[in-house]
Amino acid sequence: MSTESQTTTESFESFESIQRSQVPAESSSHHHEEPTGIWSWITTVDHKRIGIMYFMTSMFFLGIGGLEAMLIRIQLFRPDSDFISAELYNQLFTMHGTTMIFLVAMPLAVAFFNYIVPLQIGARDVAFPRLNALSYWIYLFGGLYLNASWFFGAAPNTSWVGYANLTSTEYSPGLNVDFWVLGLSILGVSSIMGGVNFITTIINLRAPGMKLMRMPLFTWMTFVTSFLLVTALPVIAVALILLAFDRFFATNFFVVASGGDTTMWQHLFWIFGHPEVYILVLPAFGVISDVIPAFSRKPLFGYAVVVYAGVLIGFIGWGVWSHHMFTTGLGPIADSFFVASTMIIAIPTGVKIFNWMATMWGGALKMNTAMTFAVSLVGMFVLGGLSGIMHSSAPVDLQQHDSYFVVAHFHYVIVGGLLLGMFSGLYYWFPKVTGRMPNEALGKLHFWLTFIGFNLTFFPMHFSGMYGMPRRTWTYRAELNVEIYNQLSTVGAFILAISTVVLLYNLWKSARTGEKASHNPWGAPSLEWSIPSPPHHYNFPALPQVRSREPLWHEDERKEIEAITLAEPEVEPEMPNPSFWPIVLAAGVTLTWALVMTGRWWAPVIGLVLTAIPVYCWAFEDPFAKKETAHG
Amino acid sequence: MRFAKLLGGLLALAVLAIPVAAQQEYPMSTIAPASDFAEGIHSVYVQIFWWAMGILTVCWVVLAYILIRFRERPDSPRPKQIHGDARLEIAWTVVPALIVVAIAIPTIQTVFQTQRAHPDAFVVDVIGHQYWWEFRYPQHGDVVTANELRLPVNQPVSLRIWSNDVIHSFWIPLLGGKRDANPLRAVPEGKDTHYSWIHMTPSETGYFLGQCAEFCGESHSRMMMSVVVETEEEFEAWLDDWRAGHAVPGTQTAQAEVAPMQAAGFAAMPVGSAQETAAPAPPTDPRLLEGYNLFVGQCVACHGIPGDPNAMASVAPDLTLLGRRERIGAGMLENTPENLVRWIRDPRSIKPGVLMPGVDYEGGRAPIVWPAFPYSDEQIESIALYLTSLR
Repeated sequence: MSTESQTTTESFESFESIQRSQVPAESSSHHHEEPTGIWSWITTVDHKRIGIMYFMTSMFFLGIGGLEAMLIRIQLFRPDSDFISAELYNQLFTMHGTTMIFLVAMPLAVAFFNYIVPLQIGARDVAFPRLNALSYWIYLFGGLYLNASWFFGAAPNTSWVGYANLTSTEYSPGLNVDFWVLGLSILGVSSIMGGVNFITTIINLRAPGMKLMRMPLFTWMTFVTSFLLVTALPVIAVALILLAFDRFFATNFFVVASGGDTTMWQHLFWIFGHPEVYILVLPAFGVISDVIPAFSRKPLFGYAVVVYAGVLIGFIGWGVWSHHMFTTGLGPIADSFFVASTMIIAIPTGVKIFNWMATMWGGALKMNTAMTFAVSLVGMFVLGGLSGIMHSSAPVDLQQHDSYFVVAHFHYVIVGGLLLGMFSGLYYWFPKVTGRMPNEALGKLHFWLTFIGFNLTFFPMHFSGMYGMPRRTWTYRAELNVEIYNQLSTVGAFILAISTVVLLYNLWKSARTGEKASHNPWGAPSLEWSIPSPPHHYNFPALPQVRSREPLWHEDERKEIEAITLAEPEVEPEMPNPSFWPIVLAAGVTLTWALVMTGRWWAPVIGLVLTAIPVYCWAFEDPFAKKETAHG
Repeated sequence: MRFAKLLGGLLALAVLAIPVAAQQEYPMSTIAPASDFAEGIHSVYVQIFWWAMGILTVCWVVLAYILIRFRERPDSPRPKQIHGDARLEIAWTVVPALIVVAIAIPTIQTVFQTQRAHPDAFVVDVIGHQYWWEFRYPQHGDVVTANELRLPVNQPVSLRIWSNDVIHSFWIPLLGGKRDANPLRAVPEGKDTHYSWIHMTPSETGYFLGQCAEFCGESHSRMMMSVVVETEEEFEAWLDDWRAGHAVPGTQTAQAEVAPMQAAGFAAMPVGSAQETAAPAPPTDPRLLEGYNLFVGQCVACHGIPGDPNAMASVAPDLTLLGRRERIGAGMLENTPENLVRWIRDPRSIKPGVLMPGVDYEGGRAPIVWPAFPYSDEQIESIALYLTSLR
């Protein structure tokens, strides 16, 4: 750090000097060889490896969900098309929605929770490393189980909301809904465990001095999201269990002839479903709340307000669910209540947008790929939010509900919010994870293809919806005159598909041949940038003392912290052993649910046995036992 | 800078779309109201639309300015490390809150206005079926029709909406918003079951297209319907024609003929209207008579022509005055004998998942499966001619 003296105090060069002066992490000798090979990944309990596996798996499912979307878009290129059958179309759009939400969007965010949060708060791992591995394996197996339905020609076909009573055995006698109800039940288990793990981690494992109000925004939003996971997922679990009882044990929760109530499904689903929207989008808000200050060279404007706005969104998100049900016929008083609560939630969301813009105002914006994605989120989310305001008005929603206008809206929120934010985070933390810099030229190409493809796909849907095209329709009549908008959307979808290929190529290429990254290549302020890139498996040799919100932007504090975090430990910290039981237990859990499908009462018992054995072994496994002495 | 250019490009795309829109006809446009209900919605929409455009413009202009003005340059000084400003935070909390109030007031007014029945309104029952619509006029005798709802212009009407099977949603965009058709739940005695309502007064005559807007199964995308809004005289004339339909005496024998069918498992069939109205005279033209006989021999298992005791079923769309409808197949095809032949021969090629069997295959859903039609091409044509003659 000898170059510090040559920087003038007022010059912006001081940030550059932070970056240049650092020894690339690679040069520090690795005294500990991390195990490699498939077995080490299967048994890993390291949050970083689990994060990478979450990311890879969600990219795999992104490919599947994207392929489904492409088939949908080809089918809709022309009116009255019969490129694919109505039945296949219904399976495709159901699986597209289910896959993108449960197998791509949520796990993608969880990938970042896993890799980044412990590093940001100065922890060596999450609170429950084996539980973390179990979450991942259940997610993987649940996703595979759900997609196995394709091989039975019986993929779910009642849309991702699965409204009763279309899902009853009377109207959906096949295996399709069985796969859906059981698959989602399995995935819910994974999400709830993840939520518990991150709440505990963030509460208990912060480094000394890392007060709650000093946590980076991404950790804050992970914290809020985890509470939403733990509270919202059980609601859909209840709904799914009721539906499973209806289907497998002939109960009558949603059978109207016996006094069952189809509207109850809608309430249960959306009490989960609306917090779910914030589960999806708050992590992205967290990412860009870290990225924007880092590349504006300014602290986040109104830190406390941005935190409270996020918490407020999490709370109010529980009181808006019936705005998905304005057409159900709940009456004017209920409608008015949910109009009001929905409009109120726009206020904290707007506050976040204004604070991001104020953060950039007066800054020195470094428009690299990560920052470009973050800024585009701000621009696009405004559009998605405003179309949301339109159908927060119940009368207007009566026209727009279940039309392509709504499809346009939530893709602006989910792709324009969550996905752009996740891409921003991906480029931002890429050097930390791989130790190499992402290729900027390819990154910019990826951005522009994504940005153009995204807008070309979803902007015209506002028009097809406004001119009366309902969603979830296999085909449309030429006389509606919405063909041109559908064709634009299809062209846009192809551009989006190409952009994904560019992204994957960039990731592959940069991870192998990218420029070596120093431990803090961006000159960013938070704790994850104080350790080598990539981090040691124990993250921090010793725990640093944090004294401010931007610890690495204060010279004294930075030197103090880096003296600890970049040092070679005298005694290597003891980390939990790898364990084989999470994957076995996950297989047992998945099998138990899957065997319910057989309709034989004893079949799931086989799965339960396969669940009980690993639970027993897990309980008596000493996670810290030395390998040599464990069986001594 | 490039970002700003692209935003400009996007706006240009939007602007380009407007003249394209102006030249075209949009039979299901949500922004071309033809009833007081649609008008109420539209006025709220327009207000919110302009608020949204204003906010969008402010946000994008400020964002574009920031991206141009505050971009990093070689000589950029170190930015001032500002942590926040309480006055600004209050300002951009209060201003959006005021805008929200400005939007909420007309919204909630409209919510209450559009859910109030007009005191002079007459009721029409709208019943969703997989994949067609049944319309009943309880205050006009037992008039019933399918897929094409007829309403008199400038007369308030209350649509009482429910479903016979899964959830559907009744949506005629030019006449207003959609309302779900929920299956009626069995409720304890004394409690009212829960209907959805649309209260409106159509303000223009015309032929208005609509479509089911809640995913309801395989052929959801083919579940269309329309509303014919006509003058009061035309509407009354249609009602009269409907009632007169096929009126000739012969009620007693009619009842007797229905009985075996009820015994065969159609207990739920309504018998009501047969007492007052009379059975139709079979057509005299030999070709039509052949069609009629074939129709009575097969189709009446599901289809009804009230007034004709031989055709009492209500499982499938009512076919009274079918020849007068503009479309068949729940809005899929123009109503011509050729299309009718196409439909009878192979309804599934037009609406996959439909219950009606074709010539080559059986129809239905377990446990009830209707046998395939045993008809020749010529026989199908006769049926089509007979049905087209019902005007």
